[in-house]
Amino acid sequence: MPNVNDILILLPEIYLVVAACVLLLLDAFLKPAQKGVIHWLGIIVLLVAAWLVIDGQPPQSVTAFGGMFIRDGVAEILKVFSLLVTALIFVYARPYLRDRAIPFGEFYTLTIFATVGILFLISAGSLVTVYLGLELLTLSSYALVALNRDSPLSSEAAIKYFVLGALASGSLLYGMSMVYGATHSLDLATIHAAVGSTEWPQLLTFGLIFMIVGIGFKLGAAPFHMWIPDVYQGAPTSVTIFIGSAQKLAAFAMAYRLLATGMGSVGVAGGSEVLVHQWQLMIAVLAVLSLAIGNLVAIVQTNLKRLLAYSTISHMGYLLIGLVNATPEGYSAAMFYAISYALTSAAAFGIILALARAGFECEEIDDLKGLNQRSPWFAFLMLLVMFSLAGVPPLFGFYGKLLVLESAINAGMLWLAIVGAVAAIIGLYYYLRVVKVMYFDKPTEGTDVRPQSDLSVRWVLSLNALALLVLGFTWGPLFAWCQKAFV
Amino acid sequence: MNTDLLQLLCFYLFGGVAVIGALMVITLRNSVHAVLSLVLTFFSMACVWLLAEAEFLAIALVVVYVGAVMVLFLFVVMMLDIKQEVVREGFIRYLPVGVVVAVVMLVEMLAMIGVRAMHAHTLGANPAGASNVAWLGKALYTQFLLPFEIAALILTVGIVAAVALTLRQRAGVRHQTASQQVAVRATDRVRVVKMAVEQPASVLPAPVVEPTQENAP
Repeated sequence: MPNVNDILILLPEIYLVVAACVLLLLDAFLKPAQKGVIHWLGIIVLLVAAWLVIDGQPPQSVTAFGGMFIRDGVAEILKVFSLLVTALIFVYARPYLRDRAIPFGEFYTLTIFATVGILFLISAGSLVTVYLGLELLTLSSYALVALNRDSPLSSEAAIKYFVLGALASGSLLYGMSMVYGATHSLDLATIHAAVGSTEWPQLLTFGLIFMIVGIGFKLGAAPFHMWIPDVYQGAPTSVTIFIGSAQKLAAFAMAYRLLATGMGSVGVAGGSEVLVHQWQLMIAVLAVLSLAIGNLVAIVQTNLKRLLAYSTISHMGYLLIGLVNATPEGYSAAMFYAISYALTSAAAFGIILALARAGFECEEIDDLKGLNQRSPWFAFLMLLVMFSLAGVPPLFGFYGKLLVLESAINAGMLWLAIVGAVAAIIGLYYYLRVVKVMYFDKPTEGTDVRPQSDLSVRWVLSLNALALLVLGFTWGPLFAWCQKAFV
Repeated sequence: MNTDLLQLLCFYLFGGVAVIGALMVITLRNSVHAVLSLVLTFFSMACVWLLAEAEFLAIALVVVYVGAVMVLFLFVVMMLDIKQEVVREGFIRYLPVGVVVAVVMLVEMLAMIGVRAMHAHTLGANPAGASNVAWLGKALYTQFLLPFEIAALILTVGIVAAVALTLRQRAGVRHQTASQQVAVRATDRVRVVKMAVEQPASVLPAPVVEPTQENAP
């Protein structure tokens, strides 16, 4: 039976839901001229939720509602970062939304609802919570992608996202039903205890395959990446940034809960060694394919959002390399990678948002030509972001890659680490091309790319991009925090 | 003939009808027939659920899906003027590949898991002799309270999304405002104009109305 303690454990989520409903009502009663209030309230709501997560963090891992909801160190870190990244997105998105007359209230409330979905997904302790958290997140995202109703590209992206997302959810649900059939439980901890002694190991393997297909879709790992480029390009940039950053933390959490908590890790009693090796191998294949397809196809892209989409696919490859290790060391490296990617990608799309203005999207690489002459500071910020994505030392992204590759070597998969390193070198090419266009190309006649004059955007974006440099030197405490979460 | 065998036969019967219905949904040319086949599929699935002793869910499926959702669906399909040829384009071309993939997957799964595994379990037994509805209600509000609430959230998001995507405030749309209509006064609408009395025309003939294109029946 649920009791008061359960509700206290869920306090950040409950608070966020109530706040989202209040914002929704407030939006209905505000005059169009006053809607800017929603923006500031939205940011405050997210920051307070992040504070609630840290403040109420129990010293030990606790569960609520009969194991349906887990609040542990992993959940704390991922929740804090997804809330912070979403707050960053709110800051970056405002001028873009205002210029395109995208409804303010709906964007903020749907994004907060999606964030609630992310939080439930991160804390999921049972197959039902995983599925429902995912649905809450994706349903809000479909609507967000279609929010720019006058753009045919947006609607097309939304339909593609919806159909493929439904397929992924169906596949995930099918896999879950098989796992339930084999283990007679929905609870991930109980499943973990039962996988070793199930009467139908084949049924379990099939369930595992279907669940990994679902996870692959949500992460955007090849060969389940088809929706990523179209959705990234078609969605309004203010939504692409959300799909490209905060949602990756949720996808990592989902993979971790289903695979590590549910199916078992290396050296953890109660699980089945056979099953662990099976999922390790499948994830390794996904990782190699993602690295290859993501990096190779990104080379020929001319659209910046599409380029970042393919770069996401390759980054998910690195994240999966961390998971392959299947030990706390690998998980902490993968989580560190997910956080570094979310922060970097938020800054990358943030710069695109800041350079866009009414009637001009700034999504072609050629639009950045000669940015250094027009706005040296933004060119420098973009340089930091691109170097971090490419993994150039001493930036944040480099240490993410380093830790992930190190975990692959420690797992005895030297070949995987070599593939990762080669892919990083290929990736360097297209990131450097963006830098070259900004610094060495002459600006095209007639285009006048200038950053938004909005002060909050400029300051927060600068802080975000400089944080990539600072964290490159002081990544130790963050990684130690990640490691502590998995002990 | 024992009851187990009878149950099994019923299962295959209803399952078979459900599969055939589902196939008809995607192959029939007439979309109204396709919707009716979907009703058949739902109904057969409700029968399968009845066999699994999930009476409440079976009835809910019939009442909600067959009774309400599908009727609405039928309305929509009848109102839309869908060109069949366009929808069907490429269906035959991709059919062989789809069939091969589906058959290979089915064979693989049957070979790996085995048909016997499906029979090894009797379908879910009714816990502790309680009535189905009572058990479901109790489970929803105790064990599954959290998922139940998240599902409610998902429905809220559904409503918000539907309104956000369809509500448009276009310029120049004529709509009624009840409060303004009620508050209207006769003087706002009718203006009495004082003017001099017209003198009757003496010998002008009455104008002849030509039947135009619009007036013609």
